Amino acid sequence: MLVNGVVLAVNYALIALGITLIFSIMNILNFAHGQMFMIGGFVVYYLYGIFRINYFVSLIAVVIVLGTIGWCFETFFFRRIRKIATREENSMLLAVGTALLLENLALSIFGEKQRGVPPVVTGVFRIGNAYLPAGRLLVMILALALVIGLLLLVQYTKWGRAMRALAQDREVTHLMGVNVDRVAAYGFGLGAALAGLAGGLLVTVFGVNSGVGNVYSIKAFIMIMIGGAGVVPGAILGAIVLGFVEAIGYQLLPGSITYLLIFIALIVFLIFRPQGLLGKPWG
Amino acid sequence: MGLDRHETARHSAAEGAVAIGQTDQLASGRKLRFAAFALIMFLVIPILLGRSPYFITVLTNGAVLSFISMGVWITFSIGRMNLAQGAFALVGGYAAAILSTRYGISFWLCLPVSGLVSAALGAIIGWPVLRLKGVYFAMTTLSLTEAIRLLALNGGDITKGATGIVNIPRPGPISIFGITILRFDGANPLPYYFLACTLLVLGILGVWRLSASRLGWVFRSLRQNEDLATSIGINVAKYRVMAFAICCFMGGIGGAFFAAFHQNIYPATYTIADSVNFMLYCFLGGLAYIFGPAVGAFLLVISFELLHAVQDYQTLIYGLLMIACMLWLPNGILSLGRIHFRQRKNLVS
Repeated sequence: MLVNGVVLAVNYALIALGITLIFSIMNILNFAHGQMFMIGGFVVYYLYGIFRINYFVSLIAVVIVLGTIGWCFETFFFRRIRKIATREENSMLLAVGTALLLENLALSIFGEKQRGVPPVVTGVFRIGNAYLPAGRLLVMILALALVIGLLLLVQYTKWGRAMRALAQDREVTHLMGVNVDRVAAYGFGLGAALAGLAGGLLVTVFGVNSGVGNVYSIKAFIMIMIGGAGVVPGAILGAIVLGFVEAIGYQLLPGSITYLLIFIALIVFLIFRPQGLLGKPWG
Repeated sequence: MGLDRHETARHSAAEGAVAIGQTDQLASGRKLRFAAFALIMFLVIPILLGRSPYFITVLTNGAVLSFISMGVWITFSIGRMNLAQGAFALVGGYAAAILSTRYGISFWLCLPVSGLVSAALGAIIGWPVLRLKGVYFAMTTLSLTEAIRLLALNGGDITKGATGIVNIPRPGPISIFGITILRFDGANPLPYYFLACTLLVLGILGVWRLSASRLGWVFRSLRQNEDLATSIGINVAKYRVMAFAICCFMGGIGGAFFAAFHQNIYPATYTIADSVNFMLYCFLGGLAYIFGPAVGAFLLVISFELLHAVQDYQTLIYGLLMIACMLWLPNGILSLGRIHFRQRKNLVS
């Protein structure tokens, strides 16, 4: 149970970090995040499950595919909207539009069936009296490595610094000689790739179908609302909370009741702390 | 960010100037247009298409979807993007279904009562949730749509879970002085159509009256700047809950109508996609126009019913349309009229 919680939490951290990245850099809430997760799952399903290409190569392909989608969204859609928008809802509406687009493209191309892939590694580890399948362990380690890698990238590279600066103040970053448009496009691509990677990892555990997009978008929203939107430690904290609550809840209750309780708890939580656990007060 | 706000302020100031300068002229023009609209809905369409139950059903759907979307339009007018309207339509539908199947209450009583149930629930949930702004509000309301669906799914004996409530009784006949004018039976959808049109016309009149009243100006002031509104003595919390409750009321009424029209309701009757669609109708028609939601809803509903060939790709086209519209027509279809008007004015001066 707790082991499952860890596996979920680490993967959710990938999703939450991706959406936080996009949100903090561009102030856009990526409604299509769950759909990007789903597409990541399908890329792995086709490359690894059908064409039998090495799992890790498939994951790299996920990064390329989703990175391109994210880059295109920013370059062709959101950039223009930022220049012509008269109401702040415009970019949100556009994000909803992209979510609809991806979801229905996936539905037309991939069909409605639930798809699974063969296990990447076999075997079971025993920790105390809990059993941990090796597949889940692999997913956990990969996700953890990715989370740490991302944090290092954002913290220590020149490119990461540009993104953090962009999140703080767009105009000043521009004045400092950063190519804002390019960094934003890469940031969007990176965020999308993280969502896709989470999808590519979790497809080995849960499988994927073209309807899961909204479910994971909502999970991502819950995580950033718990932790505080636009704050990296908040995203990780939110992922840990949701991962464990979900793992424990599924053990004790039917799935849909677990989520109902999570929603009720979330709304009560927002009464007391609308900015999330680690977010700065606003508004 | 600073630039954006400046831009918005200038934009709305310009809108205000236009509104003040041409109030009389516009008001009479609007009344005329509204009368023409009502005439078409109540007389021309039934005469022309009355013999085709199919088209009448399509238009009925369009009218009630417009009515529900007008609620979303009101929450847009206080500057909140509401993705929970599907949830409140579901609440209204279930309220009507439970009241009529369990307690045998007449549809005509169920309709307003389910609106009130939705509004009450909206006020209770809205009070904390409306403290959130922008994307936070959008995220929470989106989750709310899913939460209410799960609630209906796990409602046990009250909502009958996934099997839903079926065999909801039809509305009783309307009669004046013992003469039945409208009989709601399965054979002819025309009575439902008249009911839907009445709802829509009342909805448009109500929203029109609302947005011209002091309340409408208060709502618009909330959209522009809540802090400023507080500073001139507006009880922001009260008014935004009021706007949200009105929105939920309209959602509830619409949900109750569809429950009686289709005679069934399931947890999956309204999903996130429906909440998104309600918002899309408003936005496609134009958020600055009272007729916006109706124009958007009718346009999309009718065009997709007519284009059977592309029905499989309906939501895909919705997505593309939404993106295209955002990119090239960010103020909605009705803004085309205003552009035309401006160009003409420029030529004169």
